[in-house]
Amino acid sequence: MTAYSPSDSVASASAIASAESLARARVRRRHMLVIALRILILIVFLGLWEICADTGIIDPFFFSSPSGIWEQTWSWITEGTSQGPLWQQIYVTLEETFIGFFIGAVGGVIAGIILGRNRLLADVFSIYIKIANSVPRVVLGSVFIIALGLGMASKVALAVVMVFFVVFANAFQGVREADRAMIANAQILGASPFQITRTVITPSAMSWILASLHVSFGFALVGAVVGEFLGAKQGMGLLISTAQGAFNANGVFSAMIILAVMALIIEFLITQMENRVLKWRPAPFNEQGA
Amino acid sequence: MNVVQAAASTVAQDMVSPDAAIAIEDVTLRFTTPDGHMMTAIRDFTMTVERGEFACVVGPTGCGKSTTLNLVTGLLKPTTGNVRVMGRPVESISPDIGFVFQADALFPWRSVIDNVAAGPLYRGVAKREAHERARDWIARVGLARFENHYPHQLSGGMRKRVALAQTFINQPKILLMDEPFSALDVQTRTLMQDELLTLWSELQSSVVFVTHDLEEAVALADKVYLLTAGPGTVKSIYDIDLPRPRVMADIRYDKKFIEIARVIWNDLREEVQIGHSRTLATGQ
Repeated sequence: MTAYSPSDSVASASAIASAESLARARVRRRHMLVIALRILILIVFLGLWEICADTGIIDPFFFSSPSGIWEQTWSWITEGTSQGPLWQQIYVTLEETFIGFFIGAVGGVIAGIILGRNRLLADVFSIYIKIANSVPRVVLGSVFIIALGLGMASKVALAVVMVFFVVFANAFQGVREADRAMIANAQILGASPFQITRTVITPSAMSWILASLHVSFGFALVGAVVGEFLGAKQGMGLLISTAQGAFNANGVFSAMIILAVMALIIEFLITQMENRVLKWRPAPFNEQGA
Repeated sequence: MNVVQAAASTVAQDMVSPDAAIAIEDVTLRFTTPDGHMMTAIRDFTMTVERGEFACVVGPTGCGKSTTLNLVTGLLKPTTGNVRVMGRPVESISPDIGFVFQADALFPWRSVIDNVAAGPLYRGVAKREAHERARDWIARVGLARFENHYPHQLSGGMRKRVALAQTFINQPKILLMDEPFSALDVQTRTLMQDELLTLWSELQSSVVFVTHDLEEAVALADKVYLLTAGPGTVKSIYDIDLPRPRVMADIRYDKKFIEIARVIWNDLREEVQIGHSRTLATGQ
């Protein structure tokens, strides 16, 4: 029997380096292409909209136009709205959203963990949670306005119920999905039931909970805006309903875009937080062009 | 052949000594399945592990091998019979017990050092001291440079090393292992078996090692328990008197090892066939 050991094929270091830089350039080019195409689509869309509005193919009175929306937004920024400065409207809506989001998320996580860890409580309460969840929650907005008035409390309450059930359902599921072997391992290493909840169950439910926070922040914003819509003294929702009452399509679109920008900024912040908390997770297999 | 007969003699009745590390006496365990049927996992099961002894349990799939381990931890209670650990009846999980799982049971959100320090921290040791001890054990399993890595950054073999350190840091007097190396490739498995024997000889704990790999059992154990197809009971017990320290990479070519393995395999093959044909017959 003879053993062969093939000597390394002589690939010079410079050849490898140039191959690598070529590969990097390819990745960069593709990235630039994606961004360029995105910008192109935006320009084509806005351009067509503007042209159609100018030439009367669509009626800008109903469907607005990019230039009209821009003028409206600019005048809100520089001159303020009919109900005070724009910044104040944004601030009020954000405040309601955040307070509602915070209370709903914390409540949902705590309730989810308690019910997830206690089978009897879960069996007893599951039916009520199903019922409460099937009520169209936006309708509760009217109840809250009657009960809590036109101030901030009614909007916060609506945002809370919008957020609570989503976060609760995810936290509950996350607790239930916690790995049996991992729990048994902690138990044998000497963990008490409370230590297991704190150091095994909660972290393993965390990726479920954080995933729900993305969705539920949007819900909190919907809760706050709908609450303002139904009756308020200030806020973006009131701005929309005032514009709607005055047949001001520019105003409706403008407020909508401002809300979308707000949601995108917050979404970005939540993603940052998520990456920080879940730094133990393996990187997704392919994360290009994000 | 004479050598074999002497080495792998079937012990008819195991003596239950009061000083044994683990004594399972005449235990039967029945479950009620969710659809209301009674299922017998193990029946009339008797097993004794002396202090410092390395016992392996082999048997066909589904014969209740892992059940025996859960009886020792107290996670399962026997229907009849009794289980004693270090001379005392099992009531709750004893702090003397360490358990290495088949699946990856590390905490993925904790770095290697925090994983290994988990046991002492759960048991109320101060963080600084727990980390100091953890560092020592991480070095012993050869992962000193990986303290701050997360489990997903390690290979399967390295994760098993972390799991061993995590278990051994509590200095368990009784070590239970449920097919711990079955997910590893053959070369890594050989390394881990050597690692385990080294750690075990330092700690002098009593081991119950469950495996479906007969050669692994013969290579590691002082005593091999062969179970029947489910509901499992002890079919035969073999004393393995291969000299220690054993080197895993070489032992599989040892003549005596091969003879012993062959004798036990002849015994086991029957049960494997019974278990297999029963599975095919019931479709479960």
